[in-house]
Amino acid sequence: MLSIDGVVAGYGGTTIVQGVSFEVPAGECAVLVGPNGHGKTTLLRAISGLIKVRDGRIEFDGDEITRERAEKIVERGLIHIPQGDLVFPDMTVAENLQLGAFTKSAAKRAKARIEEVYEIFPRLLERQAQRARTLSGGERRMLAIGRGLMGDAKLIMIDEPSLGLAPVIVDEVYRQLRRIVDSGMTVLLVEENFRRGQTLADRIHLVENGEIIRSGGADDVLDDRAVRETYLGVSE
Amino acid sequence: MEDVILDVRGATKRYGGLTAVDSVSFEVRRGEIFGIAGPNGAGKTTLFDVVTGMVRASGGEIFFSGTPIGRSSIHEICRLGITRTFQKPSVFDSETVMGNVVVGAHFGSGKPWWKSLQRDPEVWRRAAEALEFVGLAERAEEISGDLPVYDKKRLMIASALASSPQLLFLDEPFGGLTDDEIDALLVLLERINEEQGVTIVLIEHVMRALMALSDRILIMDQGKTLLQGEPKAVMSDPEVVRVYLGTSADEVATQGKERDDAEH
Repeated sequence: MLSIDGVVAGYGGTTIVQGVSFEVPAGECAVLVGPNGHGKTTLLRAISGLIKVRDGRIEFDGDEITRERAEKIVERGLIHIPQGDLVFPDMTVAENLQLGAFTKSAAKRAKARIEEVYEIFPRLLERQAQRARTLSGGERRMLAIGRGLMGDAKLIMIDEPSLGLAPVIVDEVYRQLRRIVDSGMTVLLVEENFRRGQTLADRIHLVENGEIIRSGGADDVLDDRAVRETYLGVSE
Repeated sequence: MEDVILDVRGATKRYGGLTAVDSVSFEVRRGEIFGIAGPNGAGKTTLFDVVTGMVRASGGEIFFSGTPIGRSSIHEICRLGITRTFQKPSVFDSETVMGNVVVGAHFGSGKPWWKSLQRDPEVWRRAAEALEFVGLAERAEEISGDLPVYDKKRLMIASALASSPQLLFLDEPFGGLTDDEIDALLVLLERINEEQGVTIVLIEHVMRALMALSDRILIMDQGKTLLQGEPKAVMSDPEVVRVYLGTSADEVATQGKERDDAEH
């Protein structure tokens, strides 16, 4: 579904992603793990067209998208839910969610999708008529994730789904992700909470210094003691 | 009698028809680490805003070392010795690392703003000490906006420390950190608490960190206090598991502050 080949990207004079290659097969969930500041978020931004790809090639669903504009990439069904709580503060919760379904194909299904989002995040239903600026930090994060789920996605990329959410809500987000993956959707996650990410991952990629230094199934990666101690901080 | 540094009595904050904080009372003892958790939107950050003077309470009373601060402005509260950090790494992005901490040091010094137009050796020494303490001394000249998330969070803590607080409020300090960074920040916060004698109140969803640090925990739900007490007792309460912990309950059950175990 997604094929990344030798991708280089960065900001200004700094190169952050230093030639990354990997593939995410259709219907699988891939998880990027590794220390902060080593290029995971930058890589997602390069894939979704938010920053320029300096070298290498990205293919999505059989077509090259390396230099395509972000909005075109969204239309193709590659949805990026970025880190943080970027919402439109003066629009209501419901309006923010509607905006996640702005492409023609997504708009048709918006009604059913919004109900699904409210099911995952009942708090958003309670607050649907409130302006987004009145939400708490965690509620805004729910809204940002919910808006991403409104799109007509073939592949969803989520940057840290569990950040800032109460544990019981993280359960719900992961239950929904499980459903999404089981229904045949392709998912690419950046997740610091390794234990959570591991429950979904078909394949894990360890990112360090802008490169993928190790890839494997969740069990393979966990079996590698050095990897476990150095990069995941999981020790017995 | 225990030395109470912060006494919050019936703190309430209403926004229109919404009661974000609904008559919350608790005491924080000098020298302890006090944890606050609860569902998203429970009013935890608003409670911080009320106590640190960022918004005025609609009702209730707050005493810091016996002094009422419910009507005090934010700079008065800071100079009394209460400071805070924020959920999102909030630093002056275009300023250097040192520049950020100098602002904290100057603000906490109680000196008038025009004193900041000249380089004040005492303020700069205080700032340099704070940077050294959090381990950012080598990055002092770098532009803050380019720092990775853990360094930004440490910088925010350094700026807060530079104002010489007795009581430090931390809003989700562990969010977005890797396991290794969580371990490092646990050590740093323990050192701030033990070596610098700073009392800490923190909001946290990373249960491993909250359980390792907290002497006592307050759980909020829908603006109210759901429960407060010893971490293990609080976190094994069925209602807390239902509204907040979910499947993390099993993981949390095995965790707790080692210091506590040693004392008992």
